[in-house]
Amino acid sequence: MALPPPDPQFVLRGTSAAVHTLHFSCGGPEPDIPLLFSGSENGLIHVWNLKTHRVDTALDGHGRKSVCCVETMGGKDRLLSQGRDQRICLWDLAEGRTSVTDSVFTEHVGFCRCSLLKVAQGRWLMAMAARSLEEVQILELPSKTSVCTLKPEVGAKLGMPMCLKLWQLNCDSQPVLLAGYEDGSVVLWNVSMGKVLSQLICHQEPVMSLDFDAEKAKGISGSSEKVLSIWSLNEQQNLQVYKTHELVNAGISDITIRPDKKILATAGWDHRIRIFGWKKLKPLAVLDYHTASVHCVSFSDHSNPRERLLAAGSKDQRISVWSIYAQT
Amino acid sequence: VCFIPGGLDCSISFVSHVLGKVCVHGRQKEILGVLVPHLTDLTKSDCIWQRICWRLVECVPDRWMEAVVLGFVQGAPGADVLSRLLGNLVVKNKKAQFVVTQKMLLLQYGHTTAVLQNLLGYLSLDSLRRPLLLRVLQELLETWSSSSAVKHSPAEQQLYISKAILICLSHLKEPEIESCRQELLTSMMEGVKCHLDSSLPQLRRLGMVVAESISLKINTEGPVLKFEYEEDDETRELKSLLVQAPPFCVVPSLPDDDRSEKAGAALPLVPESAEKPHTAAPEMPDEELEAELDSDDDLTPYDMPEERELKVKAPVYIRDCIEVLTGSQSEDVDKWEATVKALESLVRKNPAATREVSVELAKILLHLEEKTCIEGFVELRQRAQVAVLTTDPIPVAKYLTSQFYSLNYSLRQRMDILDVLVLAAQELSCPKFHEKAKHSGAQKPCIQLLPGSDSSKDWRRIVDERIKSKTRRFNTGQSRVELAPHPNEFNSVAGHFFFPLIQHFDRPLTTFDLLGEDHLVLGRLVHTLAILMYLAVNTVAVTAMGKALLEFVWALRFHTDSYVRQGLLSCISSLLLSVPTERMLADMTEELLETQSWLGDVLEKDPDGDCRRLALQNLLLMENLKKKLEAVPS
Repeated sequence: MALPPPDPQFVLRGTSAAVHTLHFSCGGPEPDIPLLFSGSENGLIHVWNLKTHRVDTALDGHGRKSVCCVETMGGKDRLLSQGRDQRICLWDLAEGRTSVTDSVFTEHVGFCRCSLLKVAQGRWLMAMAARSLEEVQILELPSKTSVCTLKPEVGAKLGMPMCLKLWQLNCDSQPVLLAGYEDGSVVLWNVSMGKVLSQLICHQEPVMSLDFDAEKAKGISGSSEKVLSIWSLNEQQNLQVYKTHELVNAGISDITIRPDKKILATAGWDHRIRIFGWKKLKPLAVLDYHTASVHCVSFSDHSNPRERLLAAGSKDQRISVWSIYAQT
Repeated sequence: VCFIPGGLDCSISFVSHVLGKVCVHGRQKEILGVLVPHLTDLTKSDCIWQRICWRLVECVPDRWMEAVVLGFVQGAPGADVLSRLLGNLVVKNKKAQFVVTQKMLLLQYGHTTAVLQNLLGYLSLDSLRRPLLLRVLQELLETWSSSSAVKHSPAEQQLYISKAILICLSHLKEPEIESCRQELLTSMMEGVKCHLDSSLPQLRRLGMVVAESISLKINTEGPVLKFEYEEDDETRELKSLLVQAPPFCVVPSLPDDDRSEKAGAALPLVPESAEKPHTAAPEMPDEELEAELDSDDDLTPYDMPEERELKVKAPVYIRDCIEVLTGSQSEDVDKWEATVKALESLVRKNPAATREVSVELAKILLHLEEKTCIEGFVELRQRAQVAVLTTDPIPVAKYLTSQFYSLNYSLRQRMDILDVLVLAAQELSCPKFHEKAKHSGAQKPCIQLLPGSDSSKDWRRIVDERIKSKTRRFNTGQSRVELAPHPNEFNSVAGHFFFPLIQHFDRPLTTFDLLGEDHLVLGRLVHTLAILMYLAVNTVAVTAMGKALLEFVWALRFHTDSYVRQGLLSCISSLLLSVPTERMLADMTEELLETQSWLGDVLEKDPDGDCRRLALQNLLLMENLKKKLEAVPS
């Protein structure tokens, strides 16, 4: 007997603008307060206290231009935010400060979210869409030195990069970048050599979002059409389509796989959040709460599995937080 | 007549005389039917026979030359045969040249395409004759590009000239095209302008096809002129003329080779596919094992309802629709789309609410432009307009007809107004249950000749009624379902549709001059009036409408545009069919007589075939009416 889908555990209101990006920071030990960072269309980054469900701080660093990406860099004291004012800001939030310590001028006018990967203690690689239409630039942070620029070959006609994911199999292996482009293809780049390892056309429309499971070498991408595409990476570093899943309503804004790789969540333009099992893409639940297009989904990084949460931000200016499949 | 080959030095001028005389008396087919095949065979390889044949035709006296040449051109099975038979006759003989280059191409237009191919192919086959080909092409192009020719010559002649131009083009070689490229370009530009100006779609298409072909020939590299038009048999035939078919068809010996190659290719495939099942089989048990190991089933799915497509809700009230369409919230394009799709049914379901805001709705719809890409936007808008007009006819008709004559509307909008009026009139005048599927663009109704069938139906009805009144019925059998009578809704509003349209046609505005440039809209207006007249049968206003229409037609009867004339003639037909005969005779006798003489004139002298046909139908209708009146005992 199937249960009806759960209601959100709580709903965060108060951003007064569409929510474009979410990031949890709950991994710290007690008495650290679990936090949720949200970036909105009015340029503000809200720091939500998940115990009181209220905004602790609001950060204004992007000149009222929409914030499209927030990530923490090793703990909740250092925050990276990307805005449509063509800047990526690095924040220092320790001890109640709210200052921008550094910024990178990306000159990118699109919507591509940057991707962070920790390569060593205190060193990160960041992939971001660069000024020129089809290029992706890899920077090392915090030094801001350019590692390489990934340029597709002339005539490839990939269009803008739409979504990026930097990953490495383990600490010793080479970092690689998965990039989804406007023409619907996903490209695997070797970062150190700046070369294309593999390219796969997954969709007919632009790839809106992708996520990758490094252990199983399997990834999933969503687009503005009705198809979710699951692809795998074989030993020769080649991408192959593994499976596709057809949806009823077109348009996926965001896809994210839970850190334990058991389930994944998709944020849809049809106002719904869908949960699937990662192993076989079995549809598990349809969470119908929002009244406008859902822009982002994010899983929390709680160390206690029972406290794990899923947050979704939508155009209707609300963030819904769900506790789903937390027992497994 | 058989020729005896020999080494005799004979004079064949006698034979030429005989041939000429026979041809001029009209017996070309018989004599040339025998002569031409013989000569074809004999001249195939024998030079002497060729020269004999040439002498034969050269010696035909001038007064009979035309008949002989015509006969040969029509009778020859191909251009090369014609070339062998006539030789350089056209170069040597002035009369023959005139016949071939001028008379058959420019003054006559009844010959078939094959004859044209013969003629022009003949001109192209010899270097002495090629200059004639070029001259012919120039003259044809001059005719094709002259605007008076396009306006006044019959469609069949224009088709003939177009075909001739295309065949000429197909024969031209590169250096020749180079030499006359400039002239070709100029004539093409002028000609295409005249053709596109015409109101008849067939002429427009002809112009487009020929212009495209000319452009293809003169621009071998670079962009080529391309028009959008519907392909049909005529255009396909025309385009096929541009390509020269080779004189011999080489029988391809390739199919055999192909088949053997394919057979060879099939063989290596078979062992491959046989291998595949082997490799597939061991994979299967592995997959099954994996499935069993999958302990993903600890995640129980929640109840997921049947997925529905996300639909934007259309507004339910008419006033809401008005708000959405006037774009106060221009952001919500989904809602706008949903409103446009739902509007017609909403209007029809809420007649009372519509009547309150009918003129405003009509105004919005007239100015509504396509905001997003909806399929069938034009039809949706038109159907909504028709719905509004039929729900509240009088004020909306008043609005629309006044806008027809206002400043600052595009021609397309004015023609849309006419279409909407016609569709609404059709709907109002038809009985309700009879609702046929509304297709946009109602064309004029077919005018059928009813030779006396009206009167036959009448007497039957009278007899039936008499019988019914005089017999007692004991048992009524199953009664047929009879069409319930319904008040004719068009009755009260016909005048409102008709008279405002006819009022201001001779008053030009700055942007709109019906009697001047905008003769296309005038043509459409005339056709619309004809349909409204036809639909007004059995209404009270029909006689007044008829009288006004007759005056209107009289004023415009000499218009130069054939589309307008066709419209005027269909107005007369509608009039004759709709206005009751008694009223016609009582009020309009003199005008009818004048119209009859005009119709006779049109029948004899009008260059357009359709106009003549319509005039004939109208005269027959008038005859029938006269007979009907004479038949009824006064």
